[in-house]
Parts: sequence; C-alpha cells; structure tokens
Amino acid sequence: MKAAYQTPPSCADHNDMSFEQCFQYILSGVTNGSIYAIVAIGFNIIYNTTGIINFAQGEFLMLGGMTAVSFASIMPLPLAIILSVAVVSIVGVLIDMIFIRRMKKPSILNMIIVTIGLSIMIREVALHVWDEKVRSLPYFTGNEVTSINILGAYISPQVLWVLGVCGVIVLFLGLFFKFTLTGRSMRACAANITAARLCGINTRNMVTISFMLSAAIGALAGCVISPITQTQYDSGAPLAIKGFTVAILGGLGNSTGAVVGGIVIGLLEAFSISVMPLAYKDAIAIAVLLVILFVRPRGLLGKREEAGLKEF
Amino acid sequence: MSLKKFFAIFACLTFLIVSLSCKKQEEKTLKIGAIFSVTGGASFLGAPELKTAQMLVDEINSKGGLNGVKLELIAKDSSGSPEKAISFAKQLIEENKVFAIIGPSTSGETMKIKSICEDAKTILISCAAAEAIVNPVAKYVFKTPQKDSYAAMKIFEVMKKKGITRIGVVASNDGFGLAGKGQLEKIAPLYGVKILIGEVYDKKSTDLTGVLTKLKARKVQAVVNWSIVPAQSIVAKNMRQLNMKEPLFQSHGFGNIKYVKEAGKAAEGIIFPCGRLLIADSLPDNNPQKKVLMKYKKDYESKYGEEASTFGGHAYDAVIILAEAVKKAGTDREKAREAIESINGLAGTGGVFNFSDQDHNGLDLDSFAMLTVKNGKFVQYEDK
Repeated sequence: MKAAYQTPPSCADHNDMSFEQCFQYILSGVTNGSIYAIVAIGFNIIYNTTGIINFAQGEFLMLGGMTAVSFASIMPLPLAIILSVAVVSIVGVLIDMIFIRRMKKPSILNMIIVTIGLSIMIREVALHVWDEKVRSLPYFTGNEVTSINILGAYISPQVLWVLGVCGVIVLFLGLFFKFTLTGRSMRACAANITAARLCGINTRNMVTISFMLSAAIGALAGCVISPITQTQYDSGAPLAIKGFTVAILGGLGNSTGAVVGGIVIGLLEAFSISVMPLAYKDAIAIAVLLVILFVRPRGLLGKREEAGLKEF
Repeated sequence: MSLKKFFAIFACLTFLIVSLSCKKQEEKTLKIGAIFSVTGGASFLGAPELKTAQMLVDEINSKGGLNGVKLELIAKDSSGSPEKAISFAKQLIEENKVFAIIGPSTSGETMKIKSICEDAKTILISCAAAEAIVNPVAKYVFKTPQKDSYAAMKIFEVMKKKGITRIGVVASNDGFGLAGKGQLEKIAPLYGVKILIGEVYDKKSTDLTGVLTKLKARKVQAVVNWSIVPAQSIVAKNMRQLNMKEPLFQSHGFGNIKYVKEAGKAAEGIIFPCGRLLIADSLPDNNPQKKVLMKYKKDYESKYGEEASTFGGHAYDAVIILAEAVKKAGTDREKAREAIESINGLAGTGGVFNFSDQDHNGLDLDSFAMLTVKNGKFVQYEDK
C-alpha cells in the first residue's frame, strides 16, 4: 500500500514535467549560465592578448562584491558599484604592472603559475581586510521576497538585472572590439602578437588594458550577483572553475562561444536536478570539460586554424 | 672569575631558586586542558568557546578558586583537524598531566580522542553535538550540546501540530548536514511524516532554485534545511523568489543572527530548534535557565563586544559542570567523575543537566526551544 502510494509522484516528477517547472529550470539555467559566461569572457579577454588563462578571474568577482558591500554602507548603491568597479580595475592594472610585466621569463606556464599564486594571495588578503563572514549587497529592485511571475515561473527581479547586465557587457564588448582603435589593436594581438607588434601596436599596453577590462567586467558581475549568491572571501574559486569550463567549451578566446557555452552548461545543470541527485550537479561541468577536451579541444565555436596557432 | 661575574651568576642562581620554589608553592592549581578549533572552518564554534572558557576560569580564580584550588586553562587550537586533536590530547594527558579536558569543538575530533581519554582515565567534556560521543557511554566522556535527534524530534512535533505529513529535506554535504539528514530520515516515520525528496548540496552552493523547483513540483507541505553554511540564507531567499509559501524549517545551525541578516525579509517565519540563549531576554523569570543565560550573555558581551552564541554556551556548560564536580568531590579524578554523574538539576546555557551513569549528556528534549524569526529578530515560536 505504501509503495503504491509513493510511485505516482516520482513518475510525475520524471516524465510529465509541467510547463511551469520546465520553464523554471530554463530560467534558472540561463541565469547561472550567463554568470558563467561573464566569467568566461573575462578569461577570454586576457587569453586573447597574452595567451594565458588568468586564474585570478574569480577573485575579481569576489573583490567587486566585497568592495561594493563596504562602499554601500557609506554611500548610495549605484555610486558604490561604480567605485568598486574602478577600484578592482586598478587592482587588475596593478597585477599586470607589478607581476606580469616584470617577469624575467614571460613564458605561458610561468604566467599561469603567477596567476594561480595571485588568486591565493588575493583570497588571503580579502580574509584579512574583511573576515570570513558572508556579505551581500541589497537587491537593486524590490527585496528578498519580491517575486515576478513569468508564464507561471517565478524569479527574483535581481535575475533580470543579472541577465540585463550580462547582455549589456556582451554588447559593449562587441562594439568595443569592432569599432574602437584600442579594441581593434587588442584583436590584432589576439590574431598574431608578433605581427601586431610589427604594425606598431604597443602589445604590452594592450595586455594592461586587457587586465583592466576583465577586472572591471568581473567586478561588475560580482556586484550584480551578490544579492542572490552572497559574497565571501573564498567565493571566487568555484566561479572560476565554472567559467574556465565554459570558456573551453565555447572555444578559448571566443566571446560568442562563451555565451553559448555558459547557457549550455547552465541548462544542463538545471535540468540534471530533475533526473539525478543534486550532489552530482557540479560534476556535470567537469564531465563536459573532459568530453570537450577529448572530442573537440578547440571548443564549440573555435576554429581549427586559430587553435593551431596558439601555444596553449 | 672576577667578583662582578661571580655576583651576577650568584644573583641569577638565587633568582632561579626563588622562582622555582615559588612555583612549588603554587601547586594547588588544577590544570584543565582545552582543545578548540579556534581557527579554520569551525572557527565559529571554537573561537567563542575558547573565549567563554577563559572568561569563566578567570572569574572562578578571581573569586578564590574552587574550595581554594585555582584553575589553570591550557588551551590548544586544533583548527578542526582530528589529527591535531589527537596529538594535543596526548600532550595534555602525558606532558601536562591535566585533570580534565574540555572540547573539542567538532564531533569528528571528539570521536577520535574518546578512547584516548577513556584509557588515560581523564575526564573529557566535549562541546560537540554527535550522539555517538555519549552512546555507547564511556566512563570518562561527557558532552554538553543537545543531541541532533532532539532537534529533529522538536521539528516533527511542530509539523504534527500543523498537520504536515509530506516534506522535502535538503542538507549540506558535510558532517553536520549528513548526520542531521540521517536523523530526520530515521525519526520521520515515528511522527507519520513522509520525506518525499531528500537531497544534499555542496556546502559552497550559491543557488538552490533548481532543487527547490523540484520540491515545489512534488507539492511538499514544508521544507527542512539542515546545514551550518551560508546556504541557510540562500534557501530562504530562493524559496521566496520561487513564490513558495510553505514553511521552512532549519536546524539549530541557524541560531546565528548573521544568517537572518543575510536572508533579510526572506528569513521571516523560519522555524528552528535552538537553545534558549537567543531568547534569554524574553524568558519568564521563573524559567530555571533565565539567571545563568542572562549572566553569560551580559558577561560575554561586555567583555568581548560581540554577541554571545549558543556555541560559546557549550563551553560555559562544560566549565560549570567541571567546577560543580570539583567543588563537591575535590581533586580526585575518580571521585570527580562520580560527582558529575550525580549532578542533578544544574541549570546551564544548553538546558537543565541531570546526569546519571547511563546518561552522559544530561539534557532532555525540553532543552531545545522552537524559535522563529519575527521582524529580523529571534523570538519563541508559538503554535497558532
């Protein structure tokens, strides 16, 4: 009798997923996916000018959230966010000026190891500047209990902010790389750094700008997601792992690929919950990463010739 | 050797002898070892515990000690590592020859040193929650926090009154979460409650809308979250964002006002079991715990300038239990151990302790109160 009672709901759970539930998963997947995409775009910008993966990218998000929370206690929220983005950009510039630029042997491997060290250092500094406690920014619109109904699925208004800001960042970067001289110089670096140097582009400055840009984007993303995910001194690393997976999936250096990859991973994670235990959620991204590395190392949207030119 | 040098050495020697003999005269101190995870992941337990124990020992000494015997606290920071706890326990027992050990802060550490203390016939009063510490009973091992199973029972009692029979459980993927989930699953049938979905999440999770959507689709009547991580606030926020109106129950891990602040408005109405420290102000005067709770809260908050927590309270209880035993039985270990077993009606921060040779926790179901959040504050939960 008991067993008979239990069977129907579990069937309903797996097979007849209602439209609302399905849509809710899609929204949840797209939200997380766009956060991953932003982190991946940060990876890509630096990868394009230097050929390295900056493992401190997650820490930029954490720093952005933390500084904004501190500023928000003494000034209005929009100003706090702008200031925090500025501060973190400066941190990005300093990282390049102090560590990357001065390296005696700037090989790919050395630079990557430096960024790993930096990520650990930034985390420890944050632990000392702030503490181990969790912080979060207030919701930009509404509050913790505000809920918007979209076609039977419910989301927080902050989710719209996350999606909006991600969209704006992608759009802005697209325009920047296409129409400004700096943006085009950076693209030139990405295509072929020696050729770019021969054309008179100051590639070192382009590296600095790329660090500044990805720090700024990271900080902005860190602020927007802070009300939902909360910020802690060590919340950067998990984001960096997901972002890295997404960057590889989409094709390293390819911003459109990052968006596609982010949403794919986000959706996979969201729907996985309905068929397997929640505990495996984080394994999905890693599994996808492995499959991609075996089957299509250049990523979904990466080009074979382009990948062949890169060292890493 | 010049005369000057001779005098210098002579002076040194005299000083040494005098200081040595001074130490001999002070031998009436009783050494108490303390192993707490003051740093590391469990620092929110160990840090207030050490501060509390030190404060209480200082207070006892300033009042002339226990029947003239002063206490000396030898504190060790295990940073939550069972390996360190083992070596510190051995050091305290063999080198420092302590009378008793209070702590460790976590269940994993306590279980590792349980037999060490038992073999060395050294009293251990643990500040960790797991039931296995005192079940089966070890002669020399006691613990002060309430049992996990009591927290689960308290939650189910409220559910029964509310007529809730179909629930969903989410727990963090760590020792605390898994132990709690196990207790909930074991006890639920006794109260006629069915756990439709039980899931664990990574302790660093930042988004739980997925699993909550699943719970929502299964039409659970209530959600229980069992963890000590920041996700406690995220569960609350995610539920409200998904427009879930079902009541949210949390474990005693929620007894920290910072999680309420993080969850903001979404924390309103969360129901959870907890010691009475958090609602000490609003207890009626005839409550046996009122006096000790108010004293601890006032002393701790004025001394350290931070809010007292139930975790620090576990160390408070450990020290007063030990003090009570020494006052009664003196400094003989075996007699003191028997004295602890005979403690009856001792009001501590965790509840009223009634030990026996079978019960080395001494607390009953009533040591937990059900609390809820109202206007951003903890208040006693009342059935509607």
